[in-house]
This record gives sequence, structure tokens and C-alpha cells, in this order.
Amino acid sequence: MANLKFKIQNSKFRKLWIGIAILIILSPVGLILPELLKAGGDWGEWGADEIEKIAGYVPRGLKKLSELWKVPIPDYAFSGWEQGLKSYIGYIFSGIIGAALVIGVSILIGKIFAGKNGNS
Amino acid sequence: MHIPDGYLGPITYGSLWAAVIPIWIYASKKVKELLKASQVPLLALSAAFSFVIMMFNVPLPGGTTGHATGATLIAILIGPWPAVIALSIALIVQALIFGDGGITAIGANCFNMGFAGVLAGYGIYRLISKLKIKNSKFNGKNPDVKNTRQLIGAGIGAYAGINLAAFLTAVELGIQPLLHTGADGRPLYSPFPLSITIPAIMLEHLFLFGIVEAVVTVSVLLYIKKSHPELIRG
Repeated sequence: MANLKFKIQNSKFRKLWIGIAILIILSPVGLILPELLKAGGDWGEWGADEIEKIAGYVPRGLKKLSELWKVPIPDYAFSGWEQGLKSYIGYIFSGIIGAALVIGVSILIGKIFAGKNGNS
Repeated sequence: MHIPDGYLGPITYGSLWAAVIPIWIYASKKVKELLKASQVPLLALSAAFSFVIMMFNVPLPGGTTGHATGATLIAILIGPWPAVIALSIALIVQALIFGDGGITAIGANCFNMGFAGVLAGYGIYRLISKLKIKNSKFNGKNPDVKNTRQLIGAGIGAYAGINLAAFLTAVELGIQPLLHTGADGRPLYSPFPLSITIPAIMLEHLFLFGIVEAVVTVSVLLYIKKSHPELIRG
């Protein structure tokens, strides 16, 4: 951890890393604005219950496939933390967890494929 | 634009998985060839940026939401094929951990946003920023003109790239009722025909989310031109 911190402080991309951190902290804007303007989720990203309201029924194949896999943090929300301030805090935590995973996987893949490439 | 599980039938999600795997293999080869070890943090930064910017849901008042993807911006900074990898990593983490996009639809979502959107956006950027115009005051040799052409190219590329991704999404969803119906004649997967999916998805992207993508791309590019000018390609 200390090593990582050292690397970030000395990185020439330090300002850009700070930018990512700021975006994560501001990410609840992505929940608050749609709530204020009464906008639902993305078009065509509804769950089975919502599709029933829109189309009048749940297509059979859709129901089966949508139950295929239970994700650990559905919709970037922790269970019991789906509303109000707690949902915003949960959203930030999801941002931290997601960004950390994405960064970890990218560095791993980058090291495997480009780790020995020179800078010329 | 993240297609969930259950919206695409096996023919569509299977084909798009089959399409995206060779794309990933080719992109990995390109990363091996072109990405320098010192650029690995930039790959990670790009993937993280794409992941985080997609959390900023932009509302269409009273309607749905959408978001930027950063695809063209990332292609300009690290090259189009590393950008394919960066976007794919973000999309796969979104699907596996947060259910934003389905597991069966990873192929589709990576193809739409992580491949088509990236390459189209970058291609248009290159065309506008690099195209040689002889004996003209718009010649790219003048640094001011070059700068302006880069920014315009990035904005138009980003706008076009996200709209192509949206269009592919609309077509993939809209063909489901044609491909799969049950014994009762009802669609088995996404029940909306092309005549609904294309206007619903395209209008919001043409008039709002595409513009958001262009504004995000040009603003970040303006900032990076000041802080890290060496990162901007061609």
C-alpha cells in the first residue's frame, strides 16, 4: 500500500489520478440529478418487474436469462443502502471498488502484454 | 446502453461473443506491439476514467438516463486498440460486479461501446485532424489550426462514436422479436421492435447523450493539452 502511494505521488500522471478520485467523490451527482428530474434508468435496462409494467408481460427467455447470475453489488447499491444519503455513500464506495478492480486488471494486463516494451 | 441479461437471445449474444473474442486477441497483439511499459499506468487511468464517467447518469427530464463513455477520448490518448482493451475491462467489471450490462451480453456491450464506438470515433478524429489540405489556411502545419482541428475532430468523433454504439444497441435489441418468439407468438427476449428501439435510443443519443460525450471529450482534451501535451496523438 505504501509502495502504491509512493508510486502515485511520484507519477507524472498524478494530476490525472487526482482527477479520477474527484470524479468518484462527485459520482453521486449521477444519482441525484436523475432523481431531481424524475428520470428513470437507461432505456432498455429495466428489470423483469419493470418490463412487466411496460410490455404487460415478462418474456419467458428474458426471465430465465436475467436470473442467470447474481452480482455482488447490483446497481452500485449495497443492500439496505438503496435510498437517500446512504445510496450516495454506497455509490461512492462502488466507485472506489470498481475503479480499484479496473485499475488492478488493467495494470495486470498491461504488464503481461507491454511490461517489457521500451520507451523508444 | 448496457444491454442486460435476457434482452438478447442466444443467436445475437452468441454471435457478438464470437465477434468480440478475435477483436480482443487482435487488440492484445496491438497492445503488445505498441504500448510502452511507461504507458501502462495510462491504460489503467483510461479504464478507470471510462468506468467512472459511466456512473454519471445524465437525466432526460421525466424520461430515461444515459451517460458518456470516454471511448474517443481514450483512443486519442492511448491509441484505438489499447482503448478497446481499456473500455472492455471497464465494461466487464460493470457486468460481473454491478450488474450494469449482462454477462451473456458482455460480447454485445464490448462490441458496441468498446469496439465500434472506439474505432469510429478515433477514425473520424484522425480524418479531421490529419487530412492534408494543400494551399489552404486550414493546413495542419499551422499549430493553431492543428490544435483547432484536433479539438473539432475529437468532438465530432466522440459524438459519432457514441451514436454508432447506440445505433448498434438499438438494432440488436430491435431484431429480437424477429428472431425469437414462443409458441404463443410472443417475443421470448426483448419484446420491442426496431420501430420502437431505434427512435427511443437514437433520439436521446443524437440530441443529448452524444453532445454530453462530445463536451466531456473536448473538455478533458483541453485540460490534457495544458497538463500533458505529449499525450495527444496526431
